[in-house]
Amino acid sequence: MTAGRTGSAAWPSPAVRVAHRFAPPLRATLRLARRQGGSLAGLLARRWHRSLQLRVIGTTLVVSMVVVAVLGIFLVQQIAGGLYNNARKAALVQTSDGLTFAQSDPEVQSPKGSRPTALIQLVTALQSGSGLGNIYDVVVLQRGSGLAGVTGNELLAPSIPQGLQEAITDEQKAGKPVTLYTSPTTLMSTSGKPVGPALAVGVPISRAVQLYYLFPLSQQVQSLRLVQNTLIIAGIGLVLLLAVIVSLVTRWVVVPIRQGAKAASRVSAGNLDERMEARGTDDLAALANSFNEMAGSLQDKLRELEELSSVQRQFVSDVSHELRTPLTTIRIAADVLFGARDALEPAAKRSAELLQSQIDRFEALLADLLEISRHDANVATLDAESADVCDLVLRAAADAEQLAAQKGTRIEFRLPPEQCIAEVDRRRVERVLRNLLDNAVEHGEGRDVVVTVAADRYAVAVAVRDHGVGLGPGEHQFVFDRFWRADPARARTTGGTGLGLAIALEDTRLHSGWLQAWGERGRGSVFRLTLPRTVGRPFAGSPLPLCPDEAEVPAPGAVVGVDAVTYSADGGGPGGIDQGSSSA
Amino acid sequence: MKGRVLVVDDDAALSEMIGIMLRGEGFDPMFVADGDHAVQAFRDTRPDLVLLDLMLPGLDGIDVCRQIRTESGVPIVMLTAKSDTVDVVLGLESGADDYIVKPFKSKELIARVRARLRRTEDPVPEILQIGDVTIDVAGHSVKRDGQPINLTPLEFDLLVALARKPRQVFTREVLLEQVWGYRHAADTRLVNVHVQRLRAKIEKDPERPEIVVTVRGVGYKAGPA
Repeated sequence: MTAGRTGSAAWPSPAVRVAHRFAPPLRATLRLARRQGGSLAGLLARRWHRSLQLRVIGTTLVVSMVVVAVLGIFLVQQIAGGLYNNARKAALVQTSDGLTFAQSDPEVQSPKGSRPTALIQLVTALQSGSGLGNIYDVVVLQRGSGLAGVTGNELLAPSIPQGLQEAITDEQKAGKPVTLYTSPTTLMSTSGKPVGPALAVGVPISRAVQLYYLFPLSQQVQSLRLVQNTLIIAGIGLVLLLAVIVSLVTRWVVVPIRQGAKAASRVSAGNLDERMEARGTDDLAALANSFNEMAGSLQDKLRELEELSSVQRQFVSDVSHELRTPLTTIRIAADVLFGARDALEPAAKRSAELLQSQIDRFEALLADLLEISRHDANVATLDAESADVCDLVLRAAADAEQLAAQKGTRIEFRLPPEQCIAEVDRRRVERVLRNLLDNAVEHGEGRDVVVTVAADRYAVAVAVRDHGVGLGPGEHQFVFDRFWRADPARARTTGGTGLGLAIALEDTRLHSGWLQAWGERGRGSVFRLTLPRTVGRPFAGSPLPLCPDEAEVPAPGAVVGVDAVTYSADGGGPGGIDQGSSSA
Repeated sequence: MKGRVLVVDDDAALSEMIGIMLRGEGFDPMFVADGDHAVQAFRDTRPDLVLLDLMLPGLDGIDVCRQIRTESGVPIVMLTAKSDTVDVVLGLESGADDYIVKPFKSKELIARVRARLRRTEDPVPEILQIGDVTIDVAGHSVKRDGQPINLTPLEFDLLVALARKPRQVFTREVLLEQVWGYRHAADTRLVNVHVQRLRAKIEKDPERPEIVVTVRGVGYKAGPA
């Protein structure tokens, strides 16, 4: 495997390979961050808030890094101090010895000339003690008595700190007892650049001569650096190890919590058999046990409710059967009496007529009650088959013809030229349409009723518009309530049961469709039925507007827009603001 | 019009009331109150039409219907308190020609009874052919490859109505009017179930019908001649 030395692209270098491997996920992460509408910081912030584990590990990392750093700095300081003190002690000893040696030679005390041999000899002698390792350098300065000179390595003179020189000069002048002065200094190279730290020790030999020892501290610096590096490596290693340990430990806790969260979400999705594993007797086990208890009790309650519901269903079915047979007998008897009423005396005749009409009413109410209780008990079934909605509209209208003729109402049909085929339960939809038409004629005050049908790709809609009494503000919600009457004093021509629209709504809901009302006092109302063309396929909007075109500028007090009850296929709540309807 | 009607219902009051009503309309009612005696009563009385309640003590109404059907094509109208599709279809599949849900208006019952009893006799001999099925209208017989197929009068009427105009599509409402004689507000489920019954009897493969073909969204028509 040539590492790219041939210059061809045959085999990329390891670095390039690594870069290539990590580039895509990196790019993806950045893209993700950008797409999520935030910077990378934003992405991190989100992950931070979401992951308990990440927070714990992060906090531990930061805290341990701070602690390790503080400790490390402290340690290094101490070691540095110790090393310096040791060096200083050795230096003092050395210098004292040098001083004693120098004081033994009287010629040294008062040298003559600018380069006195005595001093040169002294420096040479003292320097020789330094050995090959060059532990120190000796410089002798002549100060005072008007003479100035440097004996020894002249290059080192600038390395002697001014402050030290002055202190010693002052002592010479003042004639104080001989003391050793130390000062840290920096060794200068020939070009004036600092080479490294050193320790300068100076002492006056006499009134005119100063002895200086320069101890380079390079070894100490090296030692210190070694210690520093070791500490850094150890520190990082410790922090990482801590992070690993903490992550392992938090996993121990976080994994069961995550499992709990998952189990809970499964339960809420409907799978009540879900249980958590409870091991031991600690807090996590307590959590698991409580969860299991809760799920178990939910399951039991649900079973109870289901049983109750099925009992109710059975009851409804039994009542249905039990009531119907005697009612049939009553019905036929009333029919027979009604048929023979002319042969009866006036009171009996009238009774026969009232009996007939009230049994009609009773029967209708019973049928509606049973129908709606079937919806309530969730036993209503949808028998969907392909049907032309226009056809259903016409059939429903045929039934409403009688009433329309009675009231002198004209029904106008606006049907599209093509078929509006949808998968619907014909019986139910016809019933809904019949109800809407009956209501329109009943409340239409003789004015025209307009029935419009339209379809788009996903839905079919039928809108029944009347120009009669209309609805008051907010009434478009109540109109679907059971037994709600717009005006309790109004005479009922059709003798409706009060459940018509409620049943219509339930039938619509069974189809996952929409049934909505719009109305304005004195301007009439619109009832719009929207059904999906395919069972179970949701639709987003209706092919027809709810609010009629004339009402684009709503009069004050108008009830504009939408529905109390919108049943979209996903079972969700209100929706259905569509084209043509403006909101007040 | 022949008018002997057998009323099979366990509720005495209702049976009596129906009887009064039928007599008033010129029919001749006979009564039996439980499933076990119903089939024998049918054999003994030989009625022109049977009104059959589904919820019977002893033998269930569905089974009574089936048994009668094995012996005769007499018009049977179910009386039932249940209007669920499941129950209605079950009843129709077991052999009933029509059903009426309690409580019903006497007028409605009379109308259905009359419709079932009304059979137009076709004097002109007429032979129709659909696929490999031969229909002798006057002789009320249907044959495939010489083998006769047993259809109830209603099934026969349905087939003839479709076969007379082979390429025409009939909506369910039109079929209800022509075959059952109901002008409006009748349940189109009747047609669905009877078409299925017919298919089960005359189609080679009821899942892929060739003789009675569905036209989606509209209705039915007779297949290619």
